[in-house]
Amino acid sequence: MSDKKESEQVKKSKENFSRRGFLKGVSISGGVLSTGILETEAQAETQAKVEGPGPVPVTLNVNGKTHKLDLEPRTTLCDALRNRLEYTASKRVCDRGTCGACTVIVNGKAVYACTTLAIDAQGKHIETLEGFSTPAHPHAVTKAFVENDAQQCGYCTPGFVVAAKAFLDHNPNPTEADLKNGLGGNLCRCGTYVGVRKAVLQAAKEMKSAKLAKGAVHA
Amino acid sequence: MPDSTTPNYHWPPMNDRRVMGKPHTRLDGIQKASGAAKYNSDVKPSGMLFGVLLTCPHAHARVTSIDTSAAENLPGVTAVRVISPAGKELQWAGAEVAAVAATSEETATKAARLIKVEYEQLPFLVREDDLSQAGNRAKPAGEQVTGDPDKAFQEADAVVEGNYGIPVITHCCLESHGQVIAWNGDKIEYWPSTQNVSGIGGDIARALNVPAANIHVHQDHIGGGFGSKFPSDLWGVEAAQLSKMSGGKPVKIFLDRETELLIAGNRPSAYGKIKIAGKKDGSITAWESYTWNTGGLAGGGLAADLFPYVYRKVPNRRINHTAISTNTGSARAWRAPNHPQASYLTCSAMEDLAAKLNLDPLDVFIKNADLTMRADAYRAQLQKGAEIIGWKKNWHPRGEGGSGPVKRGLGLAVGTWGGAGHASKCLATIHPDGSVEVELGSQDLGTGARTIIAMVAAETLGLPVSAINVKIGDNSYPPSGASGGSTTSGGVSASTRKATVNALEKLYAAVAPGLGTTPDKLQAVDRRIVVQGDTSKSLTWEAACRKLGTNKISETGENNPRTAEREGLTTGGVAGVQMADVSVDTETGLVKMNRLVAVHDCGLIINPKTAESQIFGACIMSICSALFEERIADQQIGRVLNPDMEFYKLAGLMDIGEIIVHLDINAENDHRGVIGLGEPPAIPGDAAIGNAVANAIGVRVPHLPLTADRVLAALASKGGNA
Repeated sequence: MSDKKESEQVKKSKENFSRRGFLKGVSISGGVLSTGILETEAQAETQAKVEGPGPVPVTLNVNGKTHKLDLEPRTTLCDALRNRLEYTASKRVCDRGTCGACTVIVNGKAVYACTTLAIDAQGKHIETLEGFSTPAHPHAVTKAFVENDAQQCGYCTPGFVVAAKAFLDHNPNPTEADLKNGLGGNLCRCGTYVGVRKAVLQAAKEMKSAKLAKGAVHA
Repeated sequence: MPDSTTPNYHWPPMNDRRVMGKPHTRLDGIQKASGAAKYNSDVKPSGMLFGVLLTCPHAHARVTSIDTSAAENLPGVTAVRVISPAGKELQWAGAEVAAVAATSEETATKAARLIKVEYEQLPFLVREDDLSQAGNRAKPAGEQVTGDPDKAFQEADAVVEGNYGIPVITHCCLESHGQVIAWNGDKIEYWPSTQNVSGIGGDIARALNVPAANIHVHQDHIGGGFGSKFPSDLWGVEAAQLSKMSGGKPVKIFLDRETELLIAGNRPSAYGKIKIAGKKDGSITAWESYTWNTGGLAGGGLAADLFPYVYRKVPNRRINHTAISTNTGSARAWRAPNHPQASYLTCSAMEDLAAKLNLDPLDVFIKNADLTMRADAYRAQLQKGAEIIGWKKNWHPRGEGGSGPVKRGLGLAVGTWGGAGHASKCLATIHPDGSVEVELGSQDLGTGARTIIAMVAAETLGLPVSAINVKIGDNSYPPSGASGGSTTSGGVSASTRKATVNALEKLYAAVAPGLGTTPDKLQAVDRRIVVQGDTSKSLTWEAACRKLGTNKISETGENNPRTAEREGLTTGGVAGVQMADVSVDTETGLVKMNRLVAVHDCGLIINPKTAESQIFGACIMSICSALFEERIADQQIGRVLNPDMEFYKLAGLMDIGEIIVHLDINAENDHRGVIGLGEPPAIPGDAAIGNAVANAIGVRVPHLPLTADRVLAALASKGGNA
């Protein structure tokens, strides 16, 4: 799995138990390191965070639109997008963070939506493929996938396109070796990798020249 | 025009084609790559419920009691079905026990877990790699002897005996098997993930005991099938029943990944003890094979008469096969059923014989080409492949793969397939406004079927591809065969050709009088109907269609496999050769693909772009099975240990090396008509890669996949004497 796709869940739990959070707790207790006070603080903290197991209100910002849902806390972002909303470009395939077919962009980073909880995606900017590419206005990566026939059944394709877009946003000048590693977190069963490699390199060029052209207009 | 005249359906001459034979991007590419394409697992009709299966955790068990009351009482649950009541014997882990429908997937999952099932566990066998452990589960098929193998082995200059094996692998379609289905009153609306749009309605109708005409099948896109998605399956039938019990609301059941890998199909294994003999000059004189395999409870299905593969005419042969019944999910057709396995067992033994004779296997494969049914084709392809990969320059005798720890080697293998078109019917409609529709109850598995249908219609009617509205994926269209065995391209192209020729003849008849000529003098070219030899007389396509007044033209065309060869639109019979170039790290055991060269003959290629993609894809699938894929079953617990995509491994972007495709596109092949390309390139890769590894490290790694542990074990067995 690419480290770019470190599960949002893992990150969230790291944040919850961060050093800063601990020190903040200590400072509230007035610097008196009383075990009793810390325990009470910790309990209050825990009680405030208990949600579910029944549905709870969840607000998701997807492609700039706000959606208010009632979801069980265990609902993944992938299932929320597919089952509760109409964003089906994120496909549920392995359902445990291996194949990348569910890839979406959260706050600018590609993540596996099948191992991200919907409640953890609140307050973040979630981008699905539908948000930046449509048949009428295809993104450069989409166009390159079509031209290089980087798809057969097409079920892995949306995840690949999203991962490639996020990858190119962060790595505008990739070598072939870069993209093999950077997109190693997406799997295809039909065997479209030959086309995918060509497509991503072509899209990189096009995105770069589009950026330059935009820069020239502004200048 | 007299009715008795048969129109000329022949493909236009190769050099006159304007659309066919030119690379065309796939028509649904933009939909798929923008996420707009709706697969049936994306479909969500109003009021849809979610269904979940409860499956058996044991390899072999009898249900002794089942209690669904807690599930039924869970709020949100609309229906519960017992599939396996008390007393029912279940023969593999993953077998369907019960099904639940609920208003949310989370609720349905929870309800399935609330069903209490008690089992009596029964004896089981889940592994077949060791024939001696199979006991009474092994069913020998009897021996076939040709010539005098014993004498031939005695008189041979060299005899090699080896063990070879390929494990069971699973289709692992990215869109799992399943459907959305709504049984409302008499009618059933059915959105399955299927390779069989025209046939699956009848299949589920039989199971539900309703008229087939009441089933309406819809499918725009399918997320992989590879041979595993023909029937409606028990989960389809159960989803329909859950829908009926829930007042006709649509029910969605798509298998979770674990269940998908356990019960939704797999490729049978193949193991064999093989003895092969030859003369000093490399000619093969004798073959003996004791093979065994499993395809689940029903046993094997590895046809003994596939051996020796391609080199069928070895004069002296003894062939034995044993099918082993195991308590594992059933095999299904898998891209070239049995051929990759037969190719692996045969070509590995041939490579080992060449090594024993100190000969270059390329020379041995060429030398024995007369033992094949298409000697000239194999000789030419072996030479072409050798030229592309630089065989004569890069090949070295076995084990001389360099002095460092990383050894490089070359290997080759062959394959063969049919690929003639299936039965297919097309309805072509020309509307008075000039728009054109072609309708077929077919499907596009990602092969580009949709695109070649449009290309054939465009070629025939003298129109651009964009002017053709292709309608497939609905069983109300004229029936077309299921997509299996590389039969679709031949079938749909022939029926589309005939339907559009027939429709065009009607258009000619309608406009000929106005142009002062007869229909036989007309030609459709570049969006015009022109009088041959008189360019001053012509009509634009739109003007010609306006002459139809208010009447559209609707004509059918049919491909009948029995007469197709005579008509020349589609035939079968192809050869293929693949050559692999690998590097093997003898310290870590890791195998790295450098290059895979695929040389395949073909018929008339309609869309070189998607044809090439098919071959790339098949090569990558072979890399997956040669290096990574294995369904690992544990005889202690009776379970498959890796029913997920983390430990059931597929190749990634970095694992495939360079793939070079050579298609024999030439006048001679073109003349044979259209031949499907789905299976042929999926055959030789396993053996070519295995042989390349043997060549690199100097010892045979007998069983695929060629994982690091197997490579190291093979090296250790020879005392590390690479």
